[in-house]
Amino acid sequence: MALKVHRAGILSTLQDLGRYGYQRFGVPVGGVMDEYSHRLANLLVGNAEHEATLEITLSGPRLEFSHDTLIGICGGDFSPALDGNRIPAARPVLVRKGCVLDFGTCRLGCRAYLAVAGGFDVPLVMGSKSTYLRGGFGGFGGRALRRGDLVPTGETGADSYPGLRHQLDAGALFAYPRWSVNANSAFLAHGHHRIHFIPGRHWELFTEDSREQFSGVEYRIATDSDRMGYRLEGPLLALKEPTEILPEAVTFGSIQVPPDGRPIVLMANRQTTGGYPRVGEVSTVDLPLLAQLPPGDTLRFESIAPEDSQRLYLQRDHDLGIMREALRMRMKQ
Amino acid sequence: MVEPKLEQLRLSQLGDGVLVVELGTDASEATALRVHAVAQHLLGHSPPGVRDVVAAACTVALHYDPLQIEIVAGTQTPFEALAQQVTQRLGALDPAAAPATSEHEIPVCYGADFGEDLDAVARTHGLTLGDVIALHSAPLYRVQMLGFAPGFAYLAGLDARIATPRRATPRTRVPAGSVGIGGELTAVYPLDLPGGWHLIGRSPLSFFDPTAERPSLLAAGDRVRFVAITREEFERFHQDGRWR
Repeated sequence: MALKVHRAGILSTLQDLGRYGYQRFGVPVGGVMDEYSHRLANLLVGNAEHEATLEITLSGPRLEFSHDTLIGICGGDFSPALDGNRIPAARPVLVRKGCVLDFGTCRLGCRAYLAVAGGFDVPLVMGSKSTYLRGGFGGFGGRALRRGDLVPTGETGADSYPGLRHQLDAGALFAYPRWSVNANSAFLAHGHHRIHFIPGRHWELFTEDSREQFSGVEYRIATDSDRMGYRLEGPLLALKEPTEILPEAVTFGSIQVPPDGRPIVLMANRQTTGGYPRVGEVSTVDLPLLAQLPPGDTLRFESIAPEDSQRLYLQRDHDLGIMREALRMRMKQ
Repeated sequence: MVEPKLEQLRLSQLGDGVLVVELGTDASEATALRVHAVAQHLLGHSPPGVRDVVAAACTVALHYDPLQIEIVAGTQTPFEALAQQVTQRLGALDPAAAPATSEHEIPVCYGADFGEDLDAVARTHGLTLGDVIALHSAPLYRVQMLGFAPGFAYLAGLDARIATPRRATPRTRVPAGSVGIGGELTAVYPLDLPGGWHLIGRSPLSFFDPTAERPSLLAAGDRVRFVAITREEFERFHQDGRWR
């Protein structure tokens, strides 16, 4: 079982929840940029949430299915179509063998996640299926998909969504239910994006002006932003006095400030350690929204206490748990 | 709460999923030994929910999943609960009984096309090529931390006489195995990477293998000594895997 790549898109890579346990060897965690959409896509098709999905960026691929396949698409809106027919996102779709799934360019958000029931059948490298392009390992041969690739997919139990199966048996090319899950719609509300951050240990090293501006004034995501980091255009941030910071661990969402004063938010492919002063860290619950903002979009930062940030994270996981249970019931229908 | 024996121990938060153990404010040998002892201890006795232990110059960071931390009596948040466990674990640690460190001998063929900047480094400091090679291969270096790229180990202990600021213009591709000087540190590029350090030689060893059980040859706290080898010895390594 496989997906045949007719067109690869700008950057289509296999990613999972990241490569943990090896940061002490300098190995980046990597993994999906928008963890929420990834997990949701996996839940729709009955996969474990850590199973790899195909992360699609800005302009999507064209893929052919070698077998009947249950898929789920979440995240940015790439106007997906099956054999020319638009299909809705955020719900399970059972696709007939030979059908071609075509993603357009992104109209909202900037990344989508394609989950296939049974997952992608690629080897684990250091415990993860995430593609790390710079190191050339993980995912599909350590690289982004290319035209002509046959990407192996895993085996599935055929007993999920019998209602959809029935429609395919009756001759349909594809079938999906009338319901959809409440996908991460936060980024669909265009315009005023608010991103929470937790002021860090270096916060007090910045001038009062810089601190005031950072949590209030609008920043724009620069065009040279990628999976490694988001560069921000807006008020420059200055230290009270030149301070040498000894390098130490950084994380997904660390907001570091190089000597030029332009903040950079470290994203999925960040390095494991960094030596620039940091304003703080983006709240984990807000990373999926940030990951969906394309270059040119604007945002404002708002500070949050770490305990409140953790509470929001636990709450979101609780909500996902409810979704997981609801979907388990739906899959029997 | 158990008071840790370690002096200068502070626990702080980095975002909502990292606990940082601060063990000093400088990059001294004494701080490095404490960092190494704490990192080794926490790697061996990792509280449940901790996904990564990352040692740096004066800190040890624990990356954790707040969902996997059990909130115990007397604590309100995952961070508090983890902080309590870490404090208890470190309370039992005797920093004087530092764990053993691995020592590596790393063969390097210095100069010529393997070390394009060796001449420049020598000129900058008014030294001969031989002086630079002798000074670089004399110390027993300490791996301060890994970062920048998989397997990239920052080595502390460089002789101040050959410390050289980074190049004004970084190279877009530095071949794997290249040995460089960047400020007061030295390192071996484990993969083909962009880089701004002055290149003085190349090692035939493999420093990073994603398929190996321990993917990186070097880890934080390890000791390293460079051994100068000839071009013939470098070539021979590729034939029979031995350099002497």
